[in-house]
Amino acid sequence: MTAFLHQIFSGLASGGIYASVALALVLIYQATHLVNFAQGEMAMFATYIAWALVQAGLPYWPAFLITLGIAFTGGVVIERVIIRPFDKAPVLASVCVFIGLLSIFNSLAGFIFTYTIKTFPSPFAERAWYGTRFLSPHETGEIAVTLALLVLVYAFFRFTPLGLAMRAAAQNPASSRLVGIRVGWMLALGWGLAAAAGAVAGMMAAPIVYLEPNMMGGVLLYGFAGALLGGIDNPWGAVLGGFIVGVLENLAGGYVVGADLKLTAALVIIVGVLVIRPSGLFGRPIATRV
Amino acid sequence: MGALSETETAAPKREVARLSVSTWRRIGLGLALALALVVPFWASGYHTFQLTLVTVYAIALMGLNLLTGYNGQISLGHGAFYAIGAYVTAVLVHKAGVPYWATVPVAGLVCLGTGFLFGLPALRLEGLYLALATFALALVTPQILKFKNFGSWTGGVQGILMDKPDAPWGLPLDSDQWLYFLCLALALPLFWAARNMVASRSGRAMVAIRDHPIAAASMGVNTALTKSLTFGVSAFYTGIAGSLGGIVVGFVAPDSFSILLSLSFLVGVVVGGLASIWGALFGALFIVFVPNYADQISDLLGERAKALPWAIYGLLLIAFMYLMPTGVVGLLRAVAARLVAAADTARSSRRVEP
Repeated sequence: MTAFLHQIFSGLASGGIYASVALALVLIYQATHLVNFAQGEMAMFATYIAWALVQAGLPYWPAFLITLGIAFTGGVVIERVIIRPFDKAPVLASVCVFIGLLSIFNSLAGFIFTYTIKTFPSPFAERAWYGTRFLSPHETGEIAVTLALLVLVYAFFRFTPLGLAMRAAAQNPASSRLVGIRVGWMLALGWGLAAAAGAVAGMMAAPIVYLEPNMMGGVLLYGFAGALLGGIDNPWGAVLGGFIVGVLENLAGGYVVGADLKLTAALVIIVGVLVIRPSGLFGRPIATRV
Repeated sequence: MGALSETETAAPKREVARLSVSTWRRIGLGLALALALVVPFWASGYHTFQLTLVTVYAIALMGLNLLTGYNGQISLGHGAFYAIGAYVTAVLVHKAGVPYWATVPVAGLVCLGTGFLFGLPALRLEGLYLALATFALALVTPQILKFKNFGSWTGGVQGILMDKPDAPWGLPLDSDQWLYFLCLALALPLFWAARNMVASRSGRAMVAIRDHPIAAASMGVNTALTKSLTFGVSAFYTGIAGSLGGIVVGFVAPDSFSILLSLSFLVGVVVGGLASIWGALFGALFIVFVPNYADQISDLLGERAKALPWAIYGLLLIAFMYLMPTGVVGLLRAVAARLVAAADTARSSRRVEP
């Protein structure tokens, strides 16, 4: 029983990371109806920036905040400079641009910071009151950060005028423009927020998976799977989906097929669920007028 | 006779410099074919090998283009079918001693079946969800190939080595040249068949499903069957390409079929031009040569730039998409339309003058 609980809790811990990536994907998806395949690499790059800041002698939390700022600015700039020219292009052209971004970030990280694996500090103490038998303090803290992020995103979209404007721009760009919302900037803002959320995911993941240019490859897929499982039009669903994916992956690896095929098993389950419920567990089916 | 002349006057002549567009296309095709036949006799062995890979990838991209370009089902996982094709060939050659040429159709048929079966659950999935399912397929394939219980068949992480075949019947070709002509000889009928299929009733059904599934269904198209069959045929092409790729490279290993292969297939299809036969060829040229050029550019930048080729590749890719968002073929079509329009105005002004 203890072993079983242990599997569940460490699943929740990795699920927290997937959930933040899923949240980042949802943020961009809601605004543009595109899934940013470069999200994971952008998060990885932001994590390297945080690492460099910490190496330069900054304490953790200031480095954390500065990284969020850089990631946000970076996201906005990428949207304005690289993504904007493609807003009328076919969807698959945008997907290719994301693939291009992915390889640029991956290769730049290797170029600047080398491919050697680095350790990344955790802001949470080795031993603390919030560490339990099942979760290390870092894991508890990381789950808490994910949930706080979700609440912040929810509150931002629900209660602030800017969040309202962003939702309006995503739902009906033409009408939003007529009431004076600058739709282009709202999209850029969405990219910035997503990049910042991704940076949080990267900084929370790095103490567990270690810092290297390919660290987010698998995480991105799980985040994607979590977002789709929960319903990609729904931040709560996406976060829940991320946690579910984390637990499923751990249970499958621990009890069903062994660590070699844990990815395989998790994906088979996810695709199976999607075949039965094509719009995700908590997503709304989309009705289109013929 | 009267009806004929009527249509002639009604439709504007698609002519440039007194030759119709389709004649120009035939001339281009003939030149390309002639070039393809003589190139291996003066190119180096390595360049011939690269061109062989272009042919192989062109077949794979043709398959993906049938699915994504014509039928509108996105696949991020065609590397998996390529891998299956390569492994079927490698296992048959290595374990069962089957001659390499006989394994190519087997690989194709295995992929046809796998693709059709994968297409069945994929019917329920659309857009992003299909992208996820196929993405998962691409990620899972190397893991399964590495799985230790299959190791006696697949060779595990090490993979399987194959001998490079020599030219049969005493042909005066070295092995690179022979493989080049073998792949070309298979690619041509496959392209021809794809062209005919796209122009046929089933091809129109595929396009109709892409453009408006409900309308297609109400016109009597069996959408479920067409979609899964397209998946199967698409996998068939890619599987044949994988089998040829395995023979040409002489080596299969799980890590050669990573997610990057699937992504570069998608890139190739989009760069070449969706829903076009020749797009596959241009796309294959892109995915073989551009990473190579990126390598050379980063070599020029000096010793420290070892990690940079993929950044340069990414930049080139984004620049490419920026310049031609509808791919090379889209650009060619736009240019042709311009030329035809210019020729038309020139002709009509000439007619007015006297």
